[in-house]
Amino acid sequence: MTVTELDITKEHCPMTFVKTKFALSKLKDGDVLEVFLTAGEPLENMPRAAGEQGYKVLSIEQIDADIHKVVIQK
Amino acid sequence: MAEKKKKLSIIVFSGDYDKAFAAFTIASGAAALNYEVNLFFTFFGLNILKKKRGRAFLGKGFWARSFGFLLGGRNVLPLSRLNFAGLSPVILGALAKSRNVAGVDELIDASIKLGVNFYACETAGHILGLQKEDFLPEVQKVIGIGSFLEIQDGGTTLFI
Repeated sequence: MTVTELDITKEHCPMTFVKTKFALSKLKDGDVLEVFLTAGEPLENMPRAAGEQGYKVLSIEQIDADIHKVVIQK
Repeated sequence: MAEKKKKLSIIVFSGDYDKAFAAFTIASGAAALNYEVNLFFTFFGLNILKKKRGRAFLGKGFWARSFGFLLGGRNVLPLSRLNFAGLSPVILGALAKSRNVAGVDELIDASIKLGVNFYACETAGHILGLQKEDFLPEVQKVIGIGSFLEIQDGGTTLFI
């Protein structure tokens, strides 16, 4: 199992979703992706979209005033 | 059993830079969110698909070739308003880049990598004298409205 980090805090729609999708597609079963993102559109939609695509959202944690960490497992 | 994918189709009629921006933002975003995405390019929208990105005498016959030159390709798409002879798309592209927002080229590349389906309109291609070989290799098929209606059936379809 490997853990990969992805920072999309500087990205804007739709690249927030595009970069997450690319990173998720590289995961093997059991691998974990930690996504750092901002509140609003990315936080509201990314975890839901990952769940819909069959990934497991392990946790969502606020780590800064505006930055959240979403941990996703394949 | 895997859940059936949601589907979004876009008729890309316009060859304006800002509308291409909108079409590919929606297309790449939807594909990243696991939608099946189908783009049907017709009339001015075909300019976005041309392999030759600048101005080129494509097509068959004097008028088609002249018109093809005037229409140009992806690098010379005009802005729908305030084009200022092609200056505004350059400024808008630079503004987007400086603000870390993906431009049209990046969005097209993302759409291709995410498996968005590209279709070219047979009739518009026929009028403009364009063949499948004139388009990007990602164009799966040159089709008519009958095939497109079948492809988009059961999903949401937009006209841009």
